[in-house]
Amino acid sequence: MTKKYDAIVIGAGHNGLTNGAYLAKAGLNTLMVEKNEHIGGATTSLPRYKDDWIYSNCSYVCSLLRPEVYRSLNLAKYGLQVVPYGGAVTIAENGDYIGSYVDPDKARREVARHSHRDADATARFDRDIMRQCRFIRQFLLRTPPDPTSFKPRDLLEMMYMGKEALKLGEDLIYDTMRFYTMSISDFLDEYFENPLVKASHSGSGIIGSALGVMSPGTAYILLHHAMGDVDGSMGAWGFARGGMGAISKAMYDCFTDYGGETLTGNGVDQIIVKNGRAVGVALENGDEHYADVIVSNMTLPRTFLECMDPKDLDPGFLKKVKNFKIRGSSGKINIALDGVPKFTALPENSELARGDMHLIDSTERLERAYDDWKDGIWSQDPYIDMLIPSLTDPTMTPPGKHFMSLFVQYVPPRIKGKDWTDQQVQQFADTVINQIEEYAPGFKDLILHMEVRTPRELENEVGLTEGNIFQGELTLDQLLFNRPIPGYAQYRGPVKGMYMCGSSTAPGGGVMSAPGANAAREILGDLNKTNTVPEGWLDD
Amino acid sequence: MRTVNFSSDHYKDAVFPSPFHSRQKQHNQLKEWTRWADYLSVPAYWCADMEYFSGRNACGVFDITPMVKHLVTGPDALPYLNRLMTRDVSKIKPGRVGYSVWCNEAGRVIDDGTIFHLREGVYRICSQEHQIDWFMTNMLGFDVEITEDTHDVAGLAVQGPTSCAILKDMGLEGIENLTPFGLTYFDFEGTELMVSRTGFTGDLGYELFIDPDYAEVLWDRLFAAGELRGIKAMGSEALDLLRIEAGFILAGVDFLPAMEAVRPTHTRSPFELGLGWLVSFDKGVFNGRQALLEEKEKGSRYNLVKLDIDGNKPAKDSFVYVKGGKKIAGTVTSAMWSPSAKASIALASLEAPLGQPGEEFEVEIYYQRELKWSRVMAPARVVKDVFWNPPRRRQTPPADF
Repeated sequence: MTKKYDAIVIGAGHNGLTNGAYLAKAGLNTLMVEKNEHIGGATTSLPRYKDDWIYSNCSYVCSLLRPEVYRSLNLAKYGLQVVPYGGAVTIAENGDYIGSYVDPDKARREVARHSHRDADATARFDRDIMRQCRFIRQFLLRTPPDPTSFKPRDLLEMMYMGKEALKLGEDLIYDTMRFYTMSISDFLDEYFENPLVKASHSGSGIIGSALGVMSPGTAYILLHHAMGDVDGSMGAWGFARGGMGAISKAMYDCFTDYGGETLTGNGVDQIIVKNGRAVGVALENGDEHYADVIVSNMTLPRTFLECMDPKDLDPGFLKKVKNFKIRGSSGKINIALDGVPKFTALPENSELARGDMHLIDSTERLERAYDDWKDGIWSQDPYIDMLIPSLTDPTMTPPGKHFMSLFVQYVPPRIKGKDWTDQQVQQFADTVINQIEEYAPGFKDLILHMEVRTPRELENEVGLTEGNIFQGELTLDQLLFNRPIPGYAQYRGPVKGMYMCGSSTAPGGGVMSAPGANAAREILGDLNKTNTVPEGWLDD
Repeated sequence: MRTVNFSSDHYKDAVFPSPFHSRQKQHNQLKEWTRWADYLSVPAYWCADMEYFSGRNACGVFDITPMVKHLVTGPDALPYLNRLMTRDVSKIKPGRVGYSVWCNEAGRVIDDGTIFHLREGVYRICSQEHQIDWFMTNMLGFDVEITEDTHDVAGLAVQGPTSCAILKDMGLEGIENLTPFGLTYFDFEGTELMVSRTGFTGDLGYELFIDPDYAEVLWDRLFAAGELRGIKAMGSEALDLLRIEAGFILAGVDFLPAMEAVRPTHTRSPFELGLGWLVSFDKGVFNGRQALLEEKEKGSRYNLVKLDIDGNKPAKDSFVYVKGGKKIAGTVTSAMWSPSAKASIALASLEAPLGQPGEEFEVEIYYQRELKWSRVMAPARVVKDVFWNPPRRRQTPPADF
């Protein structure tokens, strides 16, 4: 083909767009290629019902997005507004509930209503979570060091990590080991006595993961969900005004303003390697584009097992890629509602309905939901992270109408080893809807339209292997310098000129933009270009 | 009446009126309310500075209902408290009150508070922070019962030189014989009124505890009795001035409670707060003992000191410098112009071994006059004694004003 680019980024999800924006900002001639007609990856707001109804089709809430990226890419100027939403509620089968209120005294009294002691323990729990989050946050915009390397940068980075850990006291080092290895269920048992109190904290430990609340490693996943912030309020979550697509749109506009070009509607068929160097991409339509740098925002398996010739890669490397844990465990149902559902347990117009709503009683019940996944079927008593963003964001639906986002776990990538059928997709949706109907009679009658996504749809539409929302499990074996795989944590691929910037890389998934930004910094360094990626803001 | 709502519709209010609310409202000319834990509290009723003088010159009344209160009972109450507290609780006899701190295993202060030995083996612990989880965590191996009864007890601090006379006029016969840190009971309108000679002002003063149902009548009788003796309702701003003069530290202001500390290095040990006198190593095992022994041997990281600062400007939020103004010695934690000591005074946390009595420092003070900001480096010295410590605080019986 004709034009040669400095860089080609594969996949216009939020990390690809972030990466591309920093490369273009540094003056690189950057091409973004995207298989879908639309940009955004899993950060999209596509009209599926009517044009004036906005969904957040995949990702649905925002907290992890690095504020340094938000600011340095001028996303506010490009129209992005993140509005925090207050609270959460966990509704039990017996009609009781526990709410999480924004007001600290209300929040404490609400826990005290279930257990006086747990109300007090919550302060200790929050403190320990906050300690860990403060520690992790400072590394999000840093490239993980290679502990086997003797390069000065790796040694210095290891020393930096050690120093920062020691600063926080020896307890923190002990606690860190525990956080990364414990189950969320065991972890909560150390703080709380009331089952509903525990249940209310447990969902964050499994969201996006093919692990149960009793699986080791799930305590960390809770941290991963708590380490974000909205305007410095750590652990808070917000809605991107206008849906999650507003995030990718702002990034895309920024990328375009810096001179970036985008081709949509054609996925990459093959990353072209010549003489051990990645030199371009061949698209599904046969077009070829060439560049000095090829960056993949696709998942690790999709990049190396589907879009590269195995002969260009080392078999040992390929084996590690094959072993990468990226298991689908969740589904997503987006619903257009004719009104606000009325949950029997909740008071009328409860502020709690503006936040995450969960229908669980205990960690044991959640673990049983996981048992179904292991059996190769969707949970018959699923965990649902339920939100009605339109109660907060007036731009999503016509007045009085609502958009409801249901994140559902567990949903296996295949049913008993076989591909999903359309009928099963519908049955899955029925399971979820029936569940909600039990807690909110009349809910079904409010449904105007429904978009149902199992791991099959997530993989086919978004490209997430097996529908894993984090582009790979967030377990210790796949975190830090082992993410995505040992020896490849610094965003460079196995062939020269090739890089990875997706959530498969450190520090992992969520609409965070850290992988995209970190990869851009490495690329610009390799090219001896001025770094456009900001340093992380320190909390102190 | 118990006013805090813990039922399922508690969410309708973020904060609740105190049992004294109806009376506070009558006195609250400024119509400003602030929050103290679950309750509405008054920052100032009519003028914080004037209210301060009520406390020093006559009598100021402050609502202490929101203070967290616990009851500790059972055969092992004393050994349990000795395990929990740094001080030797066996020295607090029935009918006596003792100030204490409690630490985590690292010897860092979780909170400070007062231990009321209500009756043989029955203790009330008053604290700033909620403690029930920590207190219950420490129950293991002890036959004790612990309940938080914050909302079942209404409290008033009655502080100042005329406080004794007012209580006497209210009918509390023999109150003048109560010695500092003593407590006693009275029949009051058919209920029990507990009175201790304690307070947060460093002056003559009492604290009154009663069933919330009797809160209003207590307030009414108190103010009726005090009418001719200068009784005034007093808000939290005035109380803060009084407590700084008395050299009393405040959780969350002069030290970070260890249970809340996201940054554990920011917490303090009793020694680092000048409370070494509350640590009793010879009473056996207690929380933090090992760490505190090591600290005693190796030295502390900080000293909490009282500073007498030249000039007339309050040193709020100031940095304290080693003389010469180059090296930071620490920071001021509380500061004010003291009307009673007629001096600019402060509590400051300095890096040990800095902060010995008599040692001189410079305090960086930012101040403004009609919106023009200036900065002054004011010479300051560490003083040993509290800024306000009148003999009437200890005199028994107190003078009959």
